[in-house]
Amino acid sequence: MKRDSLLEQIGWLGAAIALALLLTIIVTLPSGAPPFETIYVLFKGGVGSMSKIGRVLASWVPLTLCAVGLLIPFTARLWNIGVEGQVIMGAIFCAGAMRPFDEGGMLQIAIAIIAAMIGGALWALLAGLLRVFGRVHEIFSGLGLNFVALGITLWLIFGPWRRPGVASMSGTQPLDMSLWLPRLGKLSVSWVGLALTFAAIIVIYILMHRTEWGLKLRAVGENPKAATLFSLGPRRRLLQSFMICGALAGLAGAVQVLGVYHRLLPAISSNYGYTALMVGMMASFRLGLVPFICLFFAILNVGSIQLPLQMGLDSSLSGVIQGIMVLSVFIVQGLRLWLNNKREAG
Amino acid sequence: METFGLTIAAILVAGAPLVLATLGETLTEKAGIINLSLDGSILLSAMVAFAIATTFDNPWLGVLGGMAVGATIAGVLGLIGIYLGQSQLAVGFVLTLLCRDLAYFLGHSFSRQPGPNLGLWHIPGIGEITLFGPIFASQSPVVYMGLAAIFACWWWMYRTEGGMRLRAVGESPRAAFGRGIRVRLVRLCYCLAGGALVGMAGAAFSLAVKPGWGRPQGCEGAGWIVLAIVIFGGWHPVRAALGAFFFAALQVSGIYLQEIFPSIPAPVFQVAPFPMMILTLLAVNMGRQGWVQDIVRRHPFLKKFSNAWSIDAPAALGQDFDPKKGL
Repeated sequence: MKRDSLLEQIGWLGAAIALALLLTIIVTLPSGAPPFETIYVLFKGGVGSMSKIGRVLASWVPLTLCAVGLLIPFTARLWNIGVEGQVIMGAIFCAGAMRPFDEGGMLQIAIAIIAAMIGGALWALLAGLLRVFGRVHEIFSGLGLNFVALGITLWLIFGPWRRPGVASMSGTQPLDMSLWLPRLGKLSVSWVGLALTFAAIIVIYILMHRTEWGLKLRAVGENPKAATLFSLGPRRRLLQSFMICGALAGLAGAVQVLGVYHRLLPAISSNYGYTALMVGMMASFRLGLVPFICLFFAILNVGSIQLPLQMGLDSSLSGVIQGIMVLSVFIVQGLRLWLNNKREAG
Repeated sequence: METFGLTIAAILVAGAPLVLATLGETLTEKAGIINLSLDGSILLSAMVAFAIATTFDNPWLGVLGGMAVGATIAGVLGLIGIYLGQSQLAVGFVLTLLCRDLAYFLGHSFSRQPGPNLGLWHIPGIGEITLFGPIFASQSPVVYMGLAAIFACWWWMYRTEGGMRLRAVGESPRAAFGRGIRVRLVRLCYCLAGGALVGMAGAAFSLAVKPGWGRPQGCEGAGWIVLAIVIFGGWHPVRAALGAFFFAALQVSGIYLQEIFPSIPAPVFQVAPFPMMILTLLAVNMGRQGWVQDIVRRHPFLKKFSNAWSIDAPAALGQDFDPKKGL
């Protein structure tokens, strides 16, 4: 099948955006909110000032880390739905590694980040083992483990790690200032997080497109039977791909603990794992598109915080718009396929 | 004796929405379509059912509304998945997240509002029967709806011609197409029917089992459990319903355990069904493991048990069917 021209591709993209806008307006009509004013408030809340842009970047970092990590298992045709739980596990390991330290510096932060990556990778390995050896579909193993990770967080916050005095949903004792990730100027995003994210994008690109490992992983995804015959070790490779994704998700968890909340709390993962899956689907798992879609979704997430304050609406509208955008991309892709088939037939 | 009756009654009520949703998904998957949007569907239909019931002060109108919402979501999945050839799993997953957020967004103004519920039905004349009489004499209507749906689904699937067509498009769409069955249309119909049952389950949550709407409503995660129960149930309505009641029993026993271990925070018990879900799937898939099959081969008397334990999915589950490329 020949590839469409650039103009045609832009046309389809425009159609998807128009469809998304239309569907958003239709499904939000019952709420009685004025659609265009709502969208204006949403975007102004995301990019209206420097401090808001800082918050967008702070949300972009964990989202992008999860989304680029997801590309690896998806190359092997695996859905790592457990990425949400791996973020939580990373945060738990990070907070756990920080417990002995009252104060510290870069060394302690590095230890905590490595611990978080190990935590995320182990949690992903568990989902992978259930998939490869237990034949539990990764959707169920991943999803179940997400809830288990949440349960462990709640148990820690209300049990062994509770604040002296009161245990509450507001989380564990906050970290000392010296253990926070250094900020980028006055913005609420850390330059360490940004640097790690850019590094992750480059590492994933090299791993997927410039190494034999990436090539063989793709072979496993395209044809697992042939991969077994050519002794590419599909099982081992699937587990490795899960662990890399888990390590990046764990890193995202560490950024959440060290750079954003400075403690462990039940909502530590902020739904980034599930949002990252949507990003991956919308980008059709192409690395080049992922950072940009993440940026857009981060703007929506941050902007939606203004909705309850200014319009009296629920902030979940950002999730509605994100979901509708992914759905619109699917619909347009399907229509394209249908038209192409029709053209070939007729 | 009193406690026994109360426990059974509690399991029946807690299990009713699970049974309805499980039967709906079983119907859909039997036709070869995986509807992964269950968790979001249940939430959104629960919200709409409560909103309609409150607005019109009529809970049964709410049930109808919930069913319509469930069917609509399944219809979207069916159109994109069946006719536009996109991945059913991907579309279903997006719909789950989308519907959940949509439910919270649109339900904002109904949050923590008082509203009507389905109340209780009194069946006269059976209260005197020992043991089970008192349990069924006065129950929530959703319990009777769930029990009736089990029988109706079983009867439709295995005793009618329509049910045969349903199984045909799920097992062998090509052969069904060759016999003149409109495979895609039949699949879409069962997608809608299954979605309507899922919507009824949502309404059962917000109008009977956990009355009211809020964030969280309390039925979050139920859809994923249901998807696992369908596998556990081996795509058979009666076994699936038993699985649903088994999970409901776990939930009810969680309430008792909470009283025994007051030091463990309550939210921990709410996530307890999920490790159970993984273990259940692990156990169901045990029969297909190489070493288990070796044991079964060496001891033929185990074969009957092993066959009954692990039932294969409908052969064409999750696969596209394009009549132009078929045959």
